[in-house]
Amino acid sequence: MKKKIILLVEDNPDDEALTLRALAKNRIMNDVVVVRDGVEALDFLFGQNGAEPDKRRPTVVLLDLKLPRVDGIEVLRRIRSDDHLRGVPVVVLTSSKEERDLVQSYQLGANSYIRKPVDFEKFVDAVGHLGLYWLLLNETPETIAAR
Amino acid sequence: MSVRTRLILGSVISSGTALVIVGSVIASYELAQLRRGLVSRMSVQAEVVGTNSLSAILFNDSGSAGKTLSALEADTHVTGVALYGDDGQLFASYSRDLQESFEPVLADAAVGHDFQADRLLVRRAVMFDEKPVGTVLIVSDLLEISEARSRSVTVLVVLLLASLLVALVIWSWLQRDISKPLLDLAQTAQRVSQLKDFSTRVPGDRPDEIGELIHAFNEMLDEINIQQTELKSAHDGLEQRVEQRTAQLKSANDEIEAFSYSVSHDLRAPLRSIDGFSQALLEDYQERLDDTGQDYLRRIRAGCQRMGMLIDDLLGLARLTRQEMRCETVDVSDLAAHVAEELKSRDSGRQVEFRIQSGLVAQADAALLRIALENLLGNASKFTRDRPDARIEVGSMPSDKEMVFYVKDNGAGFDMSYANKLFGAFQRLHSQKEFEGTGVGLATVQRIIRRHEGRVWAEGRLGQGASFYFTLQRDGRANEEKDHPTGGRQP
Repeated sequence: MKKKIILLVEDNPDDEALTLRALAKNRIMNDVVVVRDGVEALDFLFGQNGAEPDKRRPTVVLLDLKLPRVDGIEVLRRIRSDDHLRGVPVVVLTSSKEERDLVQSYQLGANSYIRKPVDFEKFVDAVGHLGLYWLLLNETPETIAAR
Repeated sequence: MSVRTRLILGSVISSGTALVIVGSVIASYELAQLRRGLVSRMSVQAEVVGTNSLSAILFNDSGSAGKTLSALEADTHVTGVALYGDDGQLFASYSRDLQESFEPVLADAAVGHDFQADRLLVRRAVMFDEKPVGTVLIVSDLLEISEARSRSVTVLVVLLLASLLVALVIWSWLQRDISKPLLDLAQTAQRVSQLKDFSTRVPGDRPDEIGELIHAFNEMLDEINIQQTELKSAHDGLEQRVEQRTAQLKSANDEIEAFSYSVSHDLRAPLRSIDGFSQALLEDYQERLDDTGQDYLRRIRAGCQRMGMLIDDLLGLARLTRQEMRCETVDVSDLAAHVAEELKSRDSGRQVEFRIQSGLVAQADAALLRIALENLLGNASKFTRDRPDARIEVGSMPSDKEMVFYVKDNGAGFDMSYANKLFGAFQRLHSQKEFEGTGVGLATVQRIIRRHEGRVWAEGRLGQGASFYFTLQRDGRANEEKDHPTGGRQP
């Protein structure tokens, strides 16, 4: 069986550590690929700047919006305009719930929008829910083909 | 009728009237002269005839008397002459072409003259030794006078027409001098008022009143022109200032927007780190921390979470001001009932009596008004939680101009001397321990009501409940529905 991997796009190392900790606390043992900005995310997904695109296709992308160089909205736009990657679930996981972020994200086809709560216990809960949902409950053509 | 026509008509009428009056007076004077002349001529003739006939009367020679009388044939106006004796019997007579027939007896022997319709009778006594011996009666026609009359009427009419013609000529020249500048003035005034062209001027420089009028009019136009220019430049300046201010406001708004966005993203991230790693410490290093250490970490986490709430509330408050408003007729009773239901379901363990007046309607943005009601009812619910008989009322008070709504509770209340602090952001009258909160709720309410151009105020007493009042624009249809109770509003 193909391994389900998570692509975490997160520039803040603290948030990265906390997200990984939250995943671990929820016993989500999948591989997590961490990229630290939009360019790295695009490199991983599309193989830009001479890099080969990674063969591994993420089961879910956890996408921060406020990123250096290329922001999360642009990454989302690129994913949704790519024939091959269009179907990949993207969960926006960010600090704000500003109206324009929400509206833009959903207009570009985000599957979910979660604001990281300040309270870490709530954050662990949220990560637990989304892991359970996108990695176990949700079915995609790839997961069915992989069986 | 134009000024020009009136001037000409006036002059013609006045000169015509003057001429008619003068002409008539002169004519009637002349006629009177003519009549006097005729009478005196005939009197002289009668005298002469009387004297010449004296001997014929004395000698009773009517034949020679008749000859004497017929000598008057020479005067073409004399139509007949008669000589009566002292006994009044006709003695002799002469009648031109037998026009006259004299009475055989003199009916009226009085001396004098008598104008009849178309003739003049003149009687004179014939005297001898200062005693009358007979009477001469001359009859004359009035052709002389009627001819003179028609002559003078003709002259008068001709004169009248001629002088009217002259007057017309003189006046049409005069009116050109007077009414033309007036007409010019009127035309210019019309052009100015129609085309709003204040740069035109009335030509002409005259040393009289019309000149003064034109001068004054031109000066007035100058003044208006100057004022127009000033007004326009002031208007342009204002427009420019409005544009500048709008641009400044927009850039300020953009800055606030960017600031809020940044706060929303960046200020919370470190809090998450502090909270998250404190929790990690509590979980992973519990055995190495004593109770005090763990307590400190818990306090750090509580602080983080409170700050998170404050940031959220602050952003919410800022968002209220930026959010666009869409005013419509809002069923305030319905909205309040929904909010009350939500509060009840959130805190199902409590018994709170909500009394919401039915039929409350106002002009408002429904989403914003809902936030205001959530805060007011939420507050009321929070501050009545220590009372077993908690009661919250929503209603309106009669007012002419606007709608005055209130939310009343029988909760903890407040000291009126702090009433002015109630609506300030992050101002709180209770400790966090007594009643939790960030102190943004009433500031939010105030901001929402102010955006609706309404007022908000509060009354209360410590331990005896609080009342919050706010005003909204009256809804035009609210009154109509009151007049028609069958309107079927949901209670």
